[in-house]
Amino acid sequence: MFEKLRSLSFKLILLMSFQRTQEKLKILADAAKYDVSCSSSGSNRTNKNKGLGDSTGMGICHSYTEDGRCVSLLKILLTNHCIFDCAYCVTRKSNDIKRAAFKVQEVVDLTINFYRRNYIEGLFLSSGIFKNADYTMERLVSVAKKLRLEENFNGYIHLKSIPGASDELMREAGLYADRLSVNIEIPTEAGLKKLAPDKNRADFIKPMVKVKNEIIQYKAEKKLIKSTPKYAPAGQSTQMIIGASDENDFQIMQTSNHFYKSYNLKRVYYSGYVPISYDNRLPQIGSAVPMLRENRLYQTDWLMRFYGFDVSEILNAQHQHLDLDIDPKLSWALRNLHEFPVDVNTADKRMLARIPGLGMKSVYKILNARRFRRLNWEHLKKIGIALNRAQYFMVCESNQFERRDLSAEKIKGLILQNSTSKYTKTLSNQLSLFG
Amino acid sequence: MQDKTLIYDGTFDGFLSAVFYVFEHKLTHVSIEHECTAQSGLFAETISIITEENKANRVYKGLKTKLSSSHTHQMYYAFLSEQIGVENLLLDYIKYVFSNTVSVGKDYSHASVLKVAQIAKMVGREKHRMEAFVRFRLTKDSIYFASIEPDFNVLPLISKHFRKRYADQKWMIYDIKRHYGLYYDLEHVEIVNMEFPKLFDFTKTDSSFFAEQEFEFQQLWKDYFKSTNIASRKNMKLHIRHVPKRYWKYLSEKQPD
Ligand code: SF4
Repeated sequence: MFEKLRSLSFKLILLMSFQRTQEKLKILADAAKYDVSCSSSGSNRTNKNKGLGDSTGMGICHSYTEDGRCVSLLKILLTNHCIFDCAYCVTRKSNDIKRAAFKVQEVVDLTINFYRRNYIEGLFLSSGIFKNADYTMERLVSVAKKLRLEENFNGYIHLKSIPGASDELMREAGLYADRLSVNIEIPTEAGLKKLAPDKNRADFIKPMVKVKNEIIQYKAEKKLIKSTPKYAPAGQSTQMIIGASDENDFQIMQTSNHFYKSYNLKRVYYSGYVPISYDNRLPQIGSAVPMLRENRLYQTDWLMRFYGFDVSEILNAQHQHLDLDIDPKLSWALRNLHEFPVDVNTADKRMLARIPGLGMKSVYKILNARRFRRLNWEHLKKIGIALNRAQYFMVCESNQFERRDLSAEKIKGLILQNSTSKYTKTLSNQLSLFG
Repeated sequence: MQDKTLIYDGTFDGFLSAVFYVFEHKLTHVSIEHECTAQSGLFAETISIITEENKANRVYKGLKTKLSSSHTHQMYYAFLSEQIGVENLLLDYIKYVFSNTVSVGKDYSHASVLKVAQIAKMVGREKHRMEAFVRFRLTKDSIYFASIEPDFNVLPLISKHFRKRYADQKWMIYDIKRHYGLYYDLEHVEIVNMEFPKLFDFTKTDSSFFAEQEFEFQQLWKDYFKSTNIASRKNMKLHIRHVPKRYWKYLSEKQPD
């Protein structure tokens, strides 16, 4: 009898703790979802001593949300208590919402159990600022430390660097995390002052500089001593919110370029602002998320990082806004018709990559296929090159090519006529907002 | 010349032994067929091929001298597609490889090279999907169990990935369609055949087989999946392109509450 009662009450305790965890998870996953970074790639942590997990190679998307985003990490806040009041953030002090906080061990258990079931690649842990920066950062670090040292966990860990955290904590964070990030959120200082008066830019920069220097130092030591531990092997990233303040695309990409160059960032993420407040400094609830603009910024980012473009070729004092109706490479090509047509049988990689409509994969396909024969339109179609946009900008082993001396406007018209962009609907919606 | 049909046992070594036979006898009008799907053409002479590892290895080594390792892998991937006629496509590819002095693995303007690459790509995509969509459930005897029904026979391709990742837990991935699975016992991965109870529903988590805490973690995962969605950005078309509906029944996050 007594035994039975004991086991019953034990079950009850378990049930209660399950319900509590469930409630916390709902609140703290909901609050974390606006951070777009989901990447779990770029690390190279191998499974050690028959432990759990492995983060070599490409990160895996284990599922996708109904809005089409990759789910690869358990993305949660440690707590949504916060002493700050940033206008664009759901967690801000003045917002009337339910608050919750995980215990360190709870996060460890969730991560391990989700990982063992092949739900996730690892953990992305961020947090509201509880008490002060160091107090919060210390807890984030202890989650990572427990996972690595007690659980022998080799999955992916991304920690948010809390602005203003001390150098010692940042140094420790990098020993256990694969990636560290500080979100600069607002692309310009003026915008930041307006929307996040408690924050100052120097506090963001400080942990970023510390991590950058540690990475460099560890890499140098690694060359001398093989057993030097890894320090944040997947590097640093940051996020900017798009459309919360009134920066133009030129300013945004300049900031982005600056961060890539000065802090060796691996990624900058652009996140269309999702209206969450009636604060009159911000777009109102119900206004559209600028998804198309976000997409154009990512395309520009890509052109900068993988296609050999300098940011000033795409955005500069004369062209401060990205076109919404066509992609930035096409837009650049139309402004630079004198560079075309490109002969696909002789052009170098750099020029092939500049042909509108050709991705890097297509570029490599062409480089490979042309070693065996000179390519004509048929060959190009066969190896899977999409010609809708590209055909106006290239010639091949054929005497059929666009002979008319078409103006930029004309080419754009022809291309738009023949394409049903997946964004057409969004575009017409967003354009009608201005019309 | 009379047409010949070579019947092999369905293994990759068996297929390569058949290829060996083709070259040994300099056959030109020949078709290689799996013993389960062979249609023994009325006008063809059929020959049963005995799988011989050393012959298979000789063909494979020969291919390796002519192709980069990624292209020999590509052939294996295409083979695992189990598509009808893939053996003859691969035979044509192999003949083209051996008739050239340079490596032709990237000669995508040759029909068979392109086709093999395309099929391999489909198989590769399925491999990645399985690495992503396998959902382990903890059984009462502490084995993390997952069932799958992949379009292609990808179990041999995903073994290494799971062995590396889950080195400290026992796990089993079972292909319901092909009636075999991989079982890792903390030391090795073995191929196993299992007898499941009649009417066993693989999509359900039955409390007589699965551990108690399994239900809690499935619930927490489902909750997480819901919470992490941003409703104002909903895009079901994109969602379904990433997670085709035929995979839903095995995804814990897609189970009804
Ligand atoms: S400090 Fe961070 S969590 Fe707190 S209100 Fe600002 S953005 Fe939100």
